[in-house]
Amino acid sequence: MSTPPTPVRELPHKHYLNATYGAGLRSWLLTTDHKRIALLYLASVTVFFFIGGVLATMIRIHLLTPGGALVTPETYNKLFTMHGVAMIFFFLIPSIPAVFGNFLIPLMIGAKDLAFPKINLLSWYIYVIGGCFVLYSFGTGGLDTGWTFYTPLSSVYSNSAVTPAVLGIFINGFSSILTGLNFIVTIHTMRAPGMTWFRLPLFVWAHYATSLVMILGTPVVAITLLLAGLERMFHLGFFNPALGGDPILFQHLFWFYSHPAVYIMILPAMGVISEIIPTFARKPIFGYAFIAGSSIAIAVIGFLVWAHHMFVTGESTYAALTFSFLSYLVAIPSAVKVFNWTSTLYKGSISWDPPMIYALGFIGLFVIGGLTGLFLACLGLDIHIHDTYFVVAHFHYIMVGGAVMGYVGGLHFWWPKITGRLYPRALSRFAAVVLFIGFNLTFFPQFILGYLGMPRRYHTYPPEFQVLNVLSTAGASILALGYLLPMSYLTWSMRYGRVAGQNPWPATGLEWKTDSPPLTENFEVTPVVTWEPYDFKNRPDLGLATGTPLPAPALGDD
Amino acid sequence: MARNEELAKTVQSQLPIYPEQASNFAPQVDALMLFITGICVFFAAGVTVAIVVFFFKYRRKTPDAVGITIEEDARLEALWMIVPLILSMAMFGWGAVVYVDYRNVPRDTLDIYVIGKQWMWKAQQPNGLKEINECHVPVGRNIRLILSSEDVIHDFFVPAFRVKMDVVPGHYNTMWFRPTKPGRYHFFCSQYCGTNHALMGGWVTVMEPSDYAAWLSGSAAGNANPVVAGEKLFAEKACSTCHVANGTGRSPSLNGVYGAQVLLADGSIVVADEAYIRESILQPNAKIVAGYQPLMPTFQGQLTEEQIFALIAYIKSLQSQPVPATGAGIAPPTGKR
Repeated sequence: MSTPPTPVRELPHKHYLNATYGAGLRSWLLTTDHKRIALLYLASVTVFFFIGGVLATMIRIHLLTPGGALVTPETYNKLFTMHGVAMIFFFLIPSIPAVFGNFLIPLMIGAKDLAFPKINLLSWYIYVIGGCFVLYSFGTGGLDTGWTFYTPLSSVYSNSAVTPAVLGIFINGFSSILTGLNFIVTIHTMRAPGMTWFRLPLFVWAHYATSLVMILGTPVVAITLLLAGLERMFHLGFFNPALGGDPILFQHLFWFYSHPAVYIMILPAMGVISEIIPTFARKPIFGYAFIAGSSIAIAVIGFLVWAHHMFVTGESTYAALTFSFLSYLVAIPSAVKVFNWTSTLYKGSISWDPPMIYALGFIGLFVIGGLTGLFLACLGLDIHIHDTYFVVAHFHYIMVGGAVMGYVGGLHFWWPKITGRLYPRALSRFAAVVLFIGFNLTFFPQFILGYLGMPRRYHTYPPEFQVLNVLSTAGASILALGYLLPMSYLTWSMRYGRVAGQNPWPATGLEWKTDSPPLTENFEVTPVVTWEPYDFKNRPDLGLATGTPLPAPALGDD
Repeated sequence: MARNEELAKTVQSQLPIYPEQASNFAPQVDALMLFITGICVFFAAGVTVAIVVFFFKYRRKTPDAVGITIEEDARLEALWMIVPLILSMAMFGWGAVVYVDYRNVPRDTLDIYVIGKQWMWKAQQPNGLKEINECHVPVGRNIRLILSSEDVIHDFFVPAFRVKMDVVPGHYNTMWFRPTKPGRYHFFCSQYCGTNHALMGGWVTVMEPSDYAAWLSGSAAGNANPVVAGEKLFAEKACSTCHVANGTGRSPSLNGVYGAQVLLADGSIVVADEAYIRESILQPNAKIVAGYQPLMPTFQGQLTEEQIFALIAYIKSLQSQPVPATGAGIAPPTGKR
């Protein structure tokens, strides 16, 4: 699309990307600048996303025919295990917090950096070391336990490279813990003058809640996987009944973290959406306190629902009743967010800019993902759909439809701030639509497959399931295109994109009151906050039609 | 009406959206599914319509236009917390009713022992008849499966019955259902268990009771009768030296113990079901009967799952034997099943 004759803007002379701390690569590998560390994370999570994506593609091709079109059963089991490990531990969990959280939290609260810049760099190195262990496991025999590492399959029976993978995830856990700690301390102590708790962007609230989960939950999964590793290496009986252990204990410990981990993935995405919606509806978000509070509520209740993964393990009926009840409670704060986002659109001035298209796609997919959680939380229904493709569809709607859509939406929203440049508008809106359609075509048929009774993790299936599997694979190829498009035009834009300027949308956050890309120190002088969040009316600096005479003044009063 | 049903039947046969209904649970689970789907479609459609309408109606008119601020309203927030809460409690309650029914096994069951191992299923009929990846049951009868695993966790899943249960090593899990329609139905392993997980399935054959009886007697069960095998083991493993029938041994008599309440040394009372008997064989010191010393050695690792089944079958057969006045493990008053 050719650009209309607008005044040619230029990037600022000095910014974090061209500031030199030393020579070339070294200036990146030894940086303590939160923005550069965010980009280190961006590069490394993209590597894992790519690995996970290739594995997913192979899975879908294999399932084109009932007998399995591509690989042996051993290889198929490795494909879905490695897909899960790469995507969950090394892409989804770090994606939004470590990339956008790192980049934006100091900018949003008016700070120069995170509280512990060196620890921030350390956490990236820990991530890389953990990642190397896991890649070593993938390269030397692979991993076939499922990403859930259920014992005694993982600790006794599997012949694959379980030990390095478990160690890699154990190590990677510390990266998560340190990042969470850094965020909490930063948010508590480094807010600019006037940036009160209730003026914080909702993105920051979401990350505060996420950080709580990270530092409280991660140690448990780290220890659990270490115990499984010890049982495997030294035959210590924790989970193996032949050695006096109990395999169900592993599941309790594993899900105590791994269910809250779902909220590590989705809460930050909700934070992204809570920024995009008011910006492009150009009005204050509806129910600020309720959205902020619901993030905390999700983080807290989310710790109390883990055994809903275990309704058919033979756990006591009373435990099942309790966990089903609590699982329904955790649905309420999520519903509150959706209703508030929708209400924010009412009487807005809605632009159809690319981030908004992604945000609406997020709501659509998250609603389906969240509502199908109600099916699984239902005890009587779960005895049928547990461990079927219904579950696979449900968590992909949350983690890919929700978290990844939020991640890609966030990329489109803050890309001008990160790189200083804009990307092709029409193409990126087209990509959002392609993603939405491809995603639904891939995963919606899986709900039906699951209800029909197709169990998950099957390399071969009865022929009556083929039609829906073919649909799903067709959708996956569209979905792949939907991911390749943004990867290409965003890369292209880094060099050729139009210069964005400080605040292209415009948005109200502090991060938009500094250069794009920002200075290494973020702000020339520490900003003082005198306005309420998402307030477009009392912000003459945004250059908008403030106080435009519009109808219904009684409601429009601020 | 009939036409609608016919249409539903045609759709179902061409592109099915639910599996065949062949057990007492199937209609219950399907009704629950419809109920939750209805509520969820309502909410999803509401949100979608609102978003689409707002998206077009409030599209930005001029580049610098701002939206109209709407004051937040605590009543509205309360409304959209309370209404979903009430509806989700309805889902919870109904789901709980079905689940509690599923987890509380009725008394008059036909018991079939099922063993899962990488990557096959063995089922054993009450008369000792063994099947591999097949399981025959009579229609209209309450069937209880007693599940155990020889290696990793498996899961016995029959989509047409809408039930599944994990098969956990070191545990006895039970599941039950009442088949309502003769036929052959797929069962699957639905807990990932290693390389050939996807091949670990088979067929449940539901037969008319008379056909089932004929099938049972027609197949040569012979000396595979688990009670006989268990009695032999009971002697071979020297269980009978201590567990003397008349209650004079160093360990409690097992007459009548199955299904009864047992008073333990710590004062608590347990029901002597399969899981208790299994535990008492493998970990004798876990629960000591009141008035007895922890003398029994463990049989962990010395018995196969099938041998344990046989011993339990034998102990079950002692249910009808006379209970001695002293020396029985049963707690007074004897609460027989």
